[in-house]
Amino acid sequence: MSDAHDSKIFEVTRRQVLEVGTIVSMSGMLPAAAQAQGSVSQPTPENGATVRVSFQINGQPGAMEIDARASLLDMLRERLGLAGAKKGCDHGQCGACTVHIDGRRVASCLTLAAKVDGRTVTTIEGIGSADALHPMQQAFIDHDALQCGYCTPGQIMAAIACVKEGHASTPEDIREYMSGNICRCGAYVGIVAAIQQAAPQIERG
Amino acid sequence: MRSLSYVRAGNVREAIEAFAAAGEGARYIAGGTTLYDLMKLGVERPAHLIDIASLEGADRIDTRGDVLFFGAGALMADVAEDDVIRRDYPVLAESLSKAASQQLRNMATVGGNLLQRTRCPYFRNGAIGAYPCNKREPGSGCAGIGGVDRGQAVLGASDACNAVSPGDWPVALTAMDATIEISGPAGTRSVPISDFYRLPGNTPHLEFAIEAGEIVTGISVPKTAAGRNSTYLKVRDRESYAFALASAAVALRMDGNHVRQAHIALGGVATRPWRAREAEALLNAQTIDREIALAAGRAAFADARAGEHNAFKIELGARTLADAIMIAGGKIQ
Ligand SMILES: Cc1cc2nc3c(=O)[nH]c(=O)nc-3n(C[C@H](O)[C@H](O)[C@H](O)COP(=O)(O)OP(=O)(O)OC[C@H]3O[C@@H](n4cnc5c(N)ncnc54)[C@H](O)[C@@H]3O)c2cc1C
Ligand code: SF4
Ligand code: FES
Ligand code: FES
Repeated sequence: MSDAHDSKIFEVTRRQVLEVGTIVSMSGMLPAAAQAQGSVSQPTPENGATVRVSFQINGQPGAMEIDARASLLDMLRERLGLAGAKKGCDHGQCGACTVHIDGRRVASCLTLAAKVDGRTVTTIEGIGSADALHPMQQAFIDHDALQCGYCTPGQIMAAIACVKEGHASTPEDIREYMSGNICRCGAYVGIVAAIQQAAPQIERG
Repeated sequence: MRSLSYVRAGNVREAIEAFAAAGEGARYIAGGTTLYDLMKLGVERPAHLIDIASLEGADRIDTRGDVLFFGAGALMADVAEDDVIRRDYPVLAESLSKAASQQLRNMATVGGNLLQRTRCPYFRNGAIGAYPCNKREPGSGCAGIGGVDRGQAVLGASDACNAVSPGDWPVALTAMDATIEISGPAGTRSVPISDFYRLPGNTPHLEFAIEAGEIVTGISVPKTAAGRNSTYLKVRDRESYAFALASAAVALRMDGNHVRQAHIALGGVATRPWRAREAEALLNAQTIDREIALAAGRAAFADARAGEHNAFKIELGARTLADAIMIAGGKIQ
């Protein structure tokens, strides 16, 4: 779930994205994200060859020069201040980092940032707002589909895609097609119920 | 991770040229779900990545001709959900839908899938130098043999390596006599899948019959009525989103109640996708029942050799195959 803390980071970021136009400069972004998170020092990135990427993110244009080794997850969290997507395993095994690229759910930790050049990315920050929650966000609240909340942004992004793909018509289907999202707190019963509630409100894409 | 250059190629020729131009340390990257994962672990150390995920026309799925054709860049999710494949070749569709997660299937290509590396824990975790591994570092030894070997192979192992070939799709393709289409600097060639995967022998680091700089462009599968009576059965530590402990791809060409030709391959138990010819022969001209299915299962594992913790795979594998035969034969769901 995107809590107040995360959405504040996003506010800062979005304003900066607009200020600098389509070029998001690294020097502009890093300190802002670091301050908002209250962290004192950011690890200095290793020097590596960079690539230029431009993309749409949550309805806004973005562009930057980024280390060719960086993951989309690190680009979102460290460069764009979009800390909703979580790093659970960094190896494609847990689903906490799930975002959509061109409408399809992917593991952002195993996606090279370089690959999003020319693509449209949607993160948990881009699906609703505090006063107009996405139906899936509301359903997760209604069904207590979380405890600690760490897996939740990934669960919700996966769940929305699961419905749009047409894989949410039975509880069995939901369980199978949500199996890429692990919940250490074991909120699975609530998660399945939430998806069943939200599914009819979300159009198949 | 070492410093890296990255370029995106637009078509096969461009990719082959970019590979040659990049020189030492060049690698193709498709979905990246194997390669990038292993780069993070320090097991793979490319210096130049040539992205071939969006080559022109590489995601083509064509089921209209004499053969089924899958472009190497087609996504696992898209092949898994193809209506014709689901209806006429469930063994192929199921081998993909039961692999990884929907997120990963939306990233990974059916070409990259053929070239995924083993999940042997000593191979994956040894980049820090704690464990010897002949596959990662030729000649260093093998921590898998005599180690915690619950997941290791019982078929096709050598004294140098007993790591399992991890993929599901390659097992289904092996049962269905697929051909791999390859392009390289020297032109194009086709390799039957039975020649594509090597046994570890003394050279476990040489896994695939493809040269550096060559690209898999597609996979062809001959059409057969056996596809309709087919299944991919996969047994895992959890019900979904895990690699196989044992799996079986079975397709039966029937003549009334009798098997005219059986196609059988095994996964999760062997060092390469494992064609089970003995089991196929045993089913020939038989009607399917539990007894003959189990006999075929046992025949497939007649030469199996277990280590300390993986003997269960011999019984599990035989019974997995028996169940798959019963499902393909329409005897159980
Ligand atoms: C958490 C997790 C769970 C998984 N579970 C399963 C599972 O249950 N079953 C299963 O079968 N798989 C599973 N996988 C593996 C996954 O299916 C493979 O990683 C994937 O199919 C590889 O495809 P890719 O396009 O991402 O390849 P990449 O990672 O891009 O490439 C893999 C290798 O192939 C080479 N390559 C790629 N495409 C070509 C080409 N066209 N020509 C020549 N060389 C090429 C690359 O250089 C690289 O060496 C899992 C992976 C993860 C991370
Ligand atoms: S079994 Fe093979 S992959 Fe595993 S440690 Fe031994 S040589 Fe390496
Ligand atoms: S952080 Fe990406 S799948 Fe776990
Ligand atoms: S709510 Fe804690 S991990 Fe899912």
